Amino acid sequence: MYKILKAEKLADKIYLMDVEASRIAKACQPGEFVIVRMDERGERIPLTICDYDREKGTVTIVFQIVGASTERMAGLKTGDSFIDVVGPLGNPSEFVHDNLEEVKNRKYLFVAGGVGTAPVYPQVKWLKEHGVSVDVIMGSKTKDLLILEDEMRTVAGNLYVTTDDGSYERKGMVTEVIKDLVVNQGKKYDVCVAIGPMIMMKFTCLMTKELGIPTIVSLNPVMVDGTGMCGACRVSVGGEVKFACVDGPEFDGHLVNFDEAMKRQQMYKTEEGRALLRLHEGATHHGGCGHCGGDE
Amino acid sequence: MDMMKKVPVREQDPKVRATNFEEVCLGYNEEEARAEASRCLKCKNPKCVGGCPVSIDIPGFIKEVQEGNYEEAAKVIAKSSALPAVCGRVCPQESQCEGQCIRGIKGEPISIGKLERFVADWSRENGFVPAAPEKTNGRKVAVIGSGPSGVTCAGDLAKMGYEVTIFEALHEPGGVLTYGIPEFRLPKEGVVQPEIDNVRKLGVKIETDVIIGKSVTIDELLDEEGFEAVFIGSGAGLPMFMGIPGENANGVFSANEYLTRSNLMKAFRDDYDTPIVAGKKVAVVGGGNVAMDAARTALRLGADVHIVYRRSEAELPARAEEVHHAKEEGIIFNLLTNPIEILTDDNGWVNGMKCIKMELGEPDASGRRRPVAIEGSEFVIEVDTVIMSLGTSPNPLISATTKGLETNRRKCIVAEESNGKTTKEGVYAGGDAVTGAATVILAMEAGRAGARGIHEYLSGQEEA
Repeated sequence: MYKILKAEKLADKIYLMDVEASRIAKACQPGEFVIVRMDERGERIPLTICDYDREKGTVTIVFQIVGASTERMAGLKTGDSFIDVVGPLGNPSEFVHDNLEEVKNRKYLFVAGGVGTAPVYPQVKWLKEHGVSVDVIMGSKTKDLLILEDEMRTVAGNLYVTTDDGSYERKGMVTEVIKDLVVNQGKKYDVCVAIGPMIMMKFTCLMTKELGIPTIVSLNPVMVDGTGMCGACRVSVGGEVKFACVDGPEFDGHLVNFDEAMKRQQMYKTEEGRALLRLHEGATHHGGCGHCGGDE
Repeated sequence: MDMMKKVPVREQDPKVRATNFEEVCLGYNEEEARAEASRCLKCKNPKCVGGCPVSIDIPGFIKEVQEGNYEEAAKVIAKSSALPAVCGRVCPQESQCEGQCIRGIKGEPISIGKLERFVADWSRENGFVPAAPEKTNGRKVAVIGSGPSGVTCAGDLAKMGYEVTIFEALHEPGGVLTYGIPEFRLPKEGVVQPEIDNVRKLGVKIETDVIIGKSVTIDELLDEEGFEAVFIGSGAGLPMFMGIPGENANGVFSANEYLTRSNLMKAFRDDYDTPIVAGKKVAVVGGGNVAMDAARTALRLGADVHIVYRRSEAELPARAEEVHHAKEEGIIFNLLTNPIEILTDDNGWVNGMKCIKMELGEPDASGRRRPVAIEGSEFVIEVDTVIMSLGTSPNPLISATTKGLETNRRKCIVAEESNGKTTKEGVYAGGDAVTGAATVILAMEAGRAGARGIHEYLSGQEEA
């Protein structure tokens, strides 16, 4: 069992938890992820490691309610436990293995969309700890959904916050900020790292391609085992089939087939919707209301 | 009774079982087991033993069954096998022990597998457990993977007095016994878990959720965690795809994914969270046991199921019994057929599979006649789900993160067959990680050899 030492609601439907997992805390690197299973009946859910404390033996995860499983998971409190936390999985971000002097000479731009701020944070933090100052764009639908702003402010060189509805700081999409920084402010970047919803990564890549900035994205496809044994997470990168869990999750964003990846993400939409209904309405719904087909 | 024929084994009716996940084969009762045992000729030079990869004293245990001494029979089997309830069910006996049985020359061979299963099931139901060693020698050995090879190796080492810890990447131990082979062939709670619990009762610790190469490396186990030797039984779990257009469409799965969702995650049950796409019309591509398992699982989830295989029936690599069961349950076989493209609708979902007819040409390197496409014979099967069951290869994670561990061109770990010794000192390996995908019993044999190798290695070190 993996004890939850802290459970906190960051924003509407977004939760943060510090979980005891000493082996993972000791071994993990920025860019890697874990798979959690809340109880006997639970699914295996991949979540990027948002932070870690090697001494306390904890890893921090952040997740958003998107279906029945994550909704059930949001009900866990400090002191509760996960039945399984597996990891670290995937490959660390490239800069972890690169020559530090080369890394220091690069100009990095990080783009964090929504809950994608969580996986961006440990990368920016790692770079700051290694003396690399980077620019970070954080985008959110509204002010209320913005997470980890203070944490990011302490590790980022320059932080640019934007909201779709203009309820906080700038108004507009992250892509507009990128364009503004590069075209109007004359900033130059050697690498862009974009993490967030698939659609946001897609449009960021279209923009950075236009601007000629190599871009790395972290993909979040459907996963089951997370160790390379099933291929549920397969994606097309540069025309080749890759398993995000072992070949990624980070890839060259200009080579990713986002349209295919987005379609694959929808694969269980119906099943997830059904499970959510069951959770909310319990057995009462199972007779079928005549409109939605019930549980067929 | 007809001494030339096997005592028939009771099975669930095909129409009924096609709708449930209960075990198909119900096994022998005492009376049937003793009757079948009485057919054994108790050969002085038993050929059957030579056909068993772990050389169980087959006439020895069958004699005990015939006399009703089931506990004695269990002890005879336990000397050679750690997983009799599993092997009695899933071994391809027709090409092993039963294939060598003298009775089989003129009539049907003795049902050795079903008798082994009877003894194992009787032991479990009557609480017979193997004896744990009285004390350990305090020397730690790590076993990577809790499939058949790892569990066998761990059990053998524990009996020799070692302190054994198994590291398993998934949340349940058992490897392919847990995630791969379905309930209706191998019940998890009833058969697999108790058999693994027996290994725990020998003092073996099992740490789940640990991925060697990521959570901790083999070098760290040896240098920092006090393990003196390691056995790698990590299997061959990396699925292959065909590389044809449309293979990433929604509704195309590897058999590993489909079976893991159903078996390990229990997606076939409504009270578990993991979803599975059942499909209305499913094509399973491939002809091995895994293909049969995936097809029969899809059938039980309510689909019409086709097996699509590029050779003919004679070349099907699956066990005869499984093919027979699949046909009885209503699975349709499209033989001499090979997919060339997966067709999709506007939303990226499978709506058909373009195939080409094949004919058999000259035998290839494997000795099987090579399938050759018949030009112009393309046709489309309408399906909404495709399950690729084309085989698996070893996961390179462990070899890539262990210094000095050699692998061959097929990414298999190089190890000596007799003792599992690898190119790295103190590290042994066996099972599918070494051979590529093979059988449960061969993995057990390799686990046993690895335990022997590790014991010799550590005994030698003591003297030095």
